[in-house]
Amino acid sequence: MAKREGLEVSVAVGDAAMLSDADVVSAYPITPQTHIVEHLAELVANGELKAAYIPVESEHSAMSACIGASAVGARTFTATAAQGLELMHEVLYVASAMRFPMVMTVANRALSAPISIWGDHSDAMAVRDTGWIQIFVENGQEAVDNVICGFRIGEDKRVLLPVMIHLDGFALTHVIEPIELPDKKDVDQFLPPFKYPLPLDPEKPVTMGALGSPFIYTEVKWGQEINLEKAKSVTLEVWQEFDKLFGRKYSPIEQYRTEGAKTLLLTMGSYSETAMVAVDKMRGDGKEVGLLKLRLWRPFPYEELREVVKDADTLIVLDRAISFGGPGGPVCSEIKAALYEEKKRPRIIGFVGGLGGRDISMAGFEEIVNRGIEIARTGSEREFEIYGVRE
Amino acid sequence: MAKAKTKAKPRTKGELGWKEVELGFFITEPGNSVEVRTGDWKSRRPVVDFKKCNKCTLCYFFCPEGCIAKTKDGYFEADLFYCKGCGICATECPKEAITMVEEER
Ligand code: SF4
Ligand code: SF4
Repeated sequence: MAKREGLEVSVAVGDAAMLSDADVVSAYPITPQTHIVEHLAELVANGELKAAYIPVESEHSAMSACIGASAVGARTFTATAAQGLELMHEVLYVASAMRFPMVMTVANRALSAPISIWGDHSDAMAVRDTGWIQIFVENGQEAVDNVICGFRIGEDKRVLLPVMIHLDGFALTHVIEPIELPDKKDVDQFLPPFKYPLPLDPEKPVTMGALGSPFIYTEVKWGQEINLEKAKSVTLEVWQEFDKLFGRKYSPIEQYRTEGAKTLLLTMGSYSETAMVAVDKMRGDGKEVGLLKLRLWRPFPYEELREVVKDADTLIVLDRAISFGGPGGPVCSEIKAALYEEKKRPRIIGFVGGLGGRDISMAGFEEIVNRGIEIARTGSEREFEIYGVRE
Repeated sequence: MAKAKTKAKPRTKGELGWKEVELGFFITEPGNSVEVRTGDWKSRRPVVDFKKCNKCTLCYFFCPEGCIAKTKDGYFEADLFYCKGCGICATECPKEAITMVEEER
């Protein structure tokens, strides 16, 4: 029987990659991802994990090595954050377009300048369009579970795509939480060995990474889009099966105390935990407020979103990144677009906050909700507001 | 080396649809570039005046795409599926039998 124990989330994430029998780990250390890859290096060095650990000189090389590993059919894991994710940016597109499954945990961190090692989602938003499946988790248990699910989703014959698991740097990576590591035999039952259908093999040579002329590029890209869209149903299937075996439920958009809520707050990642406490407080005060936690970011869960907001008057979206000179929060902007054609839809109010490790407290979430309700009534001169900035 | 065994489907030249693209756009059969249209981007195409042509074969040898082939009457003509419109054939033809005309579509 798996037992719950106090574990640093980074260590638990490394353990999850080990439980999943990762064959190859290639990574370059960067704060706040470091503990994950250090732990894996230890596991490989002391023989607990029988994997090839490829130390590289940069994240660009790490992702390239992962692509090579996946191309021969190895189960591949990596992790990065912020500038590291940006440095591998161009290679991320190659991994997804060439349909190489792998799991990468991103310890979400703000992008420079100024240099900030602290958390926000600007790194995640910068890789939004890279064609990866992307899941945001809010605590250590979710991180562990979704690393395991990530392999299963990405390696499914109907999917064959890389998967990014976003977990907040420090707020998650460096905290000790009660975490239940699943038993190895249960993980083995849940996650069959990886068999890539067209691996690099001298017996059956193939060309990977050929030139795609204007004659074929559109067909390749459309196939990629349809394939990623279809990955949603497989993700749901895998989460359901995970629930059956391990008793923990996951869905694209989690609802918290949304029954009868006229006002909904939407968050992603670890700040959702504080937001839940704030919602409890507001519910206690008699306010009809509920929380939505967006977990599946790519492929975007359109139907699920439309369903969960249909009875609300106001939807307040918190973004932890800015799309400069544009719509402000990228998540809010997508949500507005997703609901634009709906006959009945809530007023959507965008906030940006929690940048570069700035905390949002319980009182802070209350303030955001109250201001959001006020804007819904009186309007605002701005496209979006920023929370907690000093004049 | 063992011969590649693939589940190659017969394809109509130039009509490869998005559903037929191989996983990851990998190439599983050698020489499949014959199915890929490379004549898409030409702005001019060669037109041969067979009355002037003396069948000297120079255009056939000079074409960098290798897309000029002998017709059944022994003349030489470009396959526009591959012709990129460079005009080398027209420049090299000693009889000035080839004219480059605007490709209007
Ligand atoms: S225009 Fe260029 S590519 Fe086309 S047939 Fe002539 S030489 Fe070949
Ligand atoms: S180069 Fe001119 S003359 Fe010679 S075969 Fe070609 S078209 Fe005819």
